[in-house]
Amino acid sequence: MSAPSTNVKEILQPSPLEDDRRLQGHIQKRLAAEPQDFALDLEFDAAPGITILFGASGAGKTTLLDCIAGLSTPDAGLISVANHVLFDSSSQIDVPVRHRRIGYVLQSLALFPHMNVRQNVDYGLPHLPASERRQRTGAILEAFHISHLSGRNAREISGGEAQRVALARTLVTDPDVLLLDEPLAALDAATKSKIIEDLREWNRTHRIPILYVTHSREEVFALGERALVLEAGRIIAAGTPHEVLSAPQIETVAQLAGFENIFDAFVETVSVERGTMTCHIAGDRGGILLETPLVRGGVGSKLRVGIRAGDILLATSRPVGLSARNIVPGRLASLEQRDVIVSARIDCGVEMEVHLTLAARDSLQLSAGRDVWLVIKTHSCHLMGR
Amino acid sequence: MGIDWQTFRLTLALAFAVSVILILLGLPVAYWIAFSRWRWKFLIEAVVALPIVLPPTVLGFYVLVALGPRGPLGRWWMSVSGHSLAFTFSGLVIGSVLYSLPFAVQPFAVSFSAVDRKLIAASATLGASPWRTFFRVIAPLSIPGFIAGTALSFAHTMGEFGVVLMVGGNIPGITRTISIDIYDRVQAADYAGANATALVLLLMCFLILTLVYGLNRKPWVMNPLNKTR
Repeated sequence: MSAPSTNVKEILQPSPLEDDRRLQGHIQKRLAAEPQDFALDLEFDAAPGITILFGASGAGKTTLLDCIAGLSTPDAGLISVANHVLFDSSSQIDVPVRHRRIGYVLQSLALFPHMNVRQNVDYGLPHLPASERRQRTGAILEAFHISHLSGRNAREISGGEAQRVALARTLVTDPDVLLLDEPLAALDAATKSKIIEDLREWNRTHRIPILYVTHSREEVFALGERALVLEAGRIIAAGTPHEVLSAPQIETVAQLAGFENIFDAFVETVSVERGTMTCHIAGDRGGILLETPLVRGGVGSKLRVGIRAGDILLATSRPVGLSARNIVPGRLASLEQRDVIVSARIDCGVEMEVHLTLAARDSLQLSAGRDVWLVIKTHSCHLMGR
Repeated sequence: MGIDWQTFRLTLALAFAVSVILILLGLPVAYWIAFSRWRWKFLIEAVVALPIVLPPTVLGFYVLVALGPRGPLGRWWMSVSGHSLAFTFSGLVIGSVLYSLPFAVQPFAVSFSAVDRKLIAASATLGASPWRTFFRVIAPLSIPGFIAGTALSFAHTMGEFGVVLMVGGNIPGITRTISIDIYDRVQAADYAGANATALVLLLMCFLILTLVYGLNRKPWVMNPLNKTR
């Protein structure tokens, strides 16, 4: 199900004017890691604006940023910003970190603890005359709404404020690229969106590529624009959040192994803008239709749907006013008590196993032959290729 | 007999010279130990730490041999200056520097290593050279280790005996330090003089260490720069 990384270029179409400001390259790097060695092998291309780098922890996101910033050296590859080569293994070019002009806000922020906010922010401007330094620092403190903190010690400010200081400290140096490593992970949504808005505002005038690393699905959708999906050191998808976020939802055989209900299915309809699709599971009386999360692959593709027996609700009359999208009528075929769990088999075109508590069985007065309705949330349907 | 203040002046001069040299020599060595990724680094660390476990007489013996007219250093010094290094104040300084080296290098290196590498990385991405990173980030955050290393070198040199005896001998005004003086007085049954001298040395060392721990109190340690601005 993985797309070749050459797709990245086609999807992220640049406007011609901004073509020369791109962050581009390809990197290969092996790392010794547990339980097995890890290899980063990918190609990237980021135009001005925010590009989200999405992936689970351990996918290689930070390693990639470290390689771009020059804190880590790739085994092979090429990295260029605005067509200026920063690293090229074939011609032995390796521009030192301090000359790369790449702003990097580390996950820990790394504010200098022995300096106040203003000293932190003007740290990268020693070459400027004092008056210009004051002016630039003042402007960026203003832009990120932290002027009032300038005399405060870096250890005495809140998480959101520290985040703003770290951004200001990096952006005041006027970098050619900005790398953000899960910068807002620890912040609440309101604080987060205000900071993002300030960052966008800053970038409206500067127009540099911003690579924004996150492992949060919500952040990918909130930031919109373009996204790259990193998995096990490779870029497996590139495009808009809706296009790419379907990809990682495909489960592996191992992840579905514990599921009580697994069915072969066909994709009937796809709704990209809603992030859902409907899948048909063949069975008696025409089988059943389930709304599931969107995954890569169009109408007609063959999938396998897995649903945990404990994720299904059981109702004795047709439920109304529910947010769950799948309400499937059926008949209780059998009930079987296993320790403190009751396993119900329901014939609803296909046979589904549903787990209940003893109390639920008693209060619903369930018995074989009874008409029941199954309630299955869209996101309780896990999908796997076949 | 009373206290021989000349030995005090000499000892203080020696400790001062050794501390200054150890700062100049120890900081780069410590920096290298803290940040080098050379795989045989541990060998250098072991050599630097040797004086801690080596009997001072052993170290002093080798220094004496090296400084003597037949040793390489001694021969070179002889050809440059026309006199021998052994049993001179300069020779004493060389021996003492070697003897106190770990007491400077180890606190320096430990405090350098304790500086968060992320801060060093951030400094580099902000365009700072290694020198700027050292003076603006690493050094200010290493002040406690710097104070400890310097004070320990000073105090350790003040009280040394074996190396001085081997390398310097016992020449009043040139190589007779406090500890040698005390030893002499005991040998000569001048217990009152030995007692007075020893007490003054004890108080001085106590004063130095009090200063170290006083300066390394938390508020100072955490915020060295803001305090000076």
